[in-house]
Amino acid sequence: MLEVQGLTVRYGELTIVDDVSFCVEKGERLMIVGPNGAGKSTLVNAIMQGAPYTGKVLFEGEDVRELRPAQLARRLGMLMQNHFVGYAFTVEEVVSLGRYAYARGLFAAHSDDDEQHIAQAVERCGLTELLGQSVLTLSGGELQRTFLAQVFAQDPQLLILDEPTNHLDLVYQKRILELIEEWLTASGKAVLAVVHDLTLAKAFATRVMLMDKGRIVALDTPDVALSDERLQQVYGMDVRQWMQGLLTQWS
Amino acid sequence: MTSKGFKAPAYVLFAVVTLATVLLCTAVGSVYIPLPDALAAIWNSLTSWLSGAFMGTSAAAPTGGSVATVADIVPSVRLPRVLCAGLVGAALAVSGCAMQGLLKNPLADGSTLGVSAGASLGAVLAIVFGLNLAALPFAGTTIMAALFAFLSLLTILALAYRLDYSLSTNTIILVGVIFGMFVSALISIFIVFAGQQAAHIIFWTMGSLQGRGYEYVLMLLLVLAVFGGILLSLRRELNAFAIGEDNARHLGVDVKRVKLLVLICTAALIGAAVSVGGTIAFVGLVTPHIVRMLTGPNHARLMPASLFGGAIFLMLCDLIARTALIPRELPIGVITSIIGAVIFVRIFFVTRKVR
Repeated sequence: MLEVQGLTVRYGELTIVDDVSFCVEKGERLMIVGPNGAGKSTLVNAIMQGAPYTGKVLFEGEDVRELRPAQLARRLGMLMQNHFVGYAFTVEEVVSLGRYAYARGLFAAHSDDDEQHIAQAVERCGLTELLGQSVLTLSGGELQRTFLAQVFAQDPQLLILDEPTNHLDLVYQKRILELIEEWLTASGKAVLAVVHDLTLAKAFATRVMLMDKGRIVALDTPDVALSDERLQQVYGMDVRQWMQGLLTQWS
Repeated sequence: MTSKGFKAPAYVLFAVVTLATVLLCTAVGSVYIPLPDALAAIWNSLTSWLSGAFMGTSAAAPTGGSVATVADIVPSVRLPRVLCAGLVGAALAVSGCAMQGLLKNPLADGSTLGVSAGASLGAVLAIVFGLNLAALPFAGTTIMAALFAFLSLLTILALAYRLDYSLSTNTIILVGVIFGMFVSALISIFIVFAGQQAAHIIFWTMGSLQGRGYEYVLMLLLVLAVFGGILLSLRRELNAFAIGEDNARHLGVDVKRVKLLVLICTAALIGAAVSVGGTIAFVGLVTPHIVRMLTGPNHARLMPASLFGGAIFLMLCDLIARTALIPRELPIGVITSIIGAVIFVRIFFVTRKVR
């Protein structure tokens, strides 16, 4: 589905992402983990054409650089961790914008297909009661669900998530991950997600990509990629012992 | 769940209020003309113009003479000026509305971007050096203002691009503010060396619609139809930008193309407005704020409503400028600044309290 070949991002002399190559297959949940500054967010930003890069990003064999923005949006959708909306748009207005890439003309209204996708996304994310509410009045979790519904309405083939559950409490973290899981199961598409929480990566990923200093350290099943030795090498600490220590507080 | 357009009854209401404002501003002035007389004068001049245009007969020219009559004042002095005020207000409000959406910043408008200052510099140069075209007496100022608005835009974008590849909104605003200050300093230098022209330039930089005729009305109508129309067609893109530039890109908006298009349209609208009315501040800043309270931030409703709102606001400000200290006339920019600043502070406090 998605093939990244030798992707490198440099800001002046600084190399943020260094010659990264990997594939994402249909039905897969590939999670990218690594310490701060590993280049995870820059990598997904470059894939979404938000940062200048060298190398190639191919989607179904097509170079995404050759695609028009609307064509790209029908293939790749992105959910970011933070949203700073400046004006009092309603939940409905934000979700409806997800269909922008399917607009048929400058003044054309939404098609039945658009309406159906919006309605499904709203229902799936439990936003029916909030449709007319201003996004400025929503809680962090409600706002994230609104933008998740927007990207569901966008109906991309590959959903890219950049730390989607950061700043959310446990209930919302669980809800957002369940919604993404449901969407993936129903649509047979794929998810590429940047996460900080190694437990989440282990629990939800089909494969994990461990990054450090802009390079891939491991790309494998969660158990292999997140082995004690590799985590020690990347994080410089015994991650298992630390997590087990945390869990004993609950016993 | 269709995206709500600006609903028909609201259009009608805005149009009626705009027309009522045109009539009020045509009737009231240093010479009071009763409303029925003003209406009759407008109707007569319109029918005679139409018969001239379609039947080949010459339109009845306003009668000359020392005593100003209703038939003279309304069609040849009041009406074109009122229409100019309305169209300048509409152009400034629509451009301000588009800038605030594009830059996701409620403080953005032509003056923040530096385009108004650039347009003013062009117009001042035309006045100082007497640049004009024989066939069109106002063309020199208009062309120079529009040209300098575009040149300012190019300079601001080139500088912003050198600083920041992604042309982020903060960079554009910062460069715009600095550019505006620099250009204002240049205008001051020209005023110092302008000699006899100094008073004219100073009055003009404070804004005035004195003596504006139908040629200006036509020019403004054309610019507003073309560039305002393009901005209206970009309402979805502006909504996406108003939510966030990254979000817009992820939704499939061609962000660089849309940015460039919006900035060009804004420059054209501001260039035309500045060339007709001088520097008129706060219209582009305050009108979208007030209108947003009625329509919400969706540009499908906000932009048409701002068009009417800006027209009404500036026509009323021009009325105050003409009538507050009869027989003296105040610069319209002074009126818009006083009223605009008070309204803006009020809005700012209310918004802060709500938050």
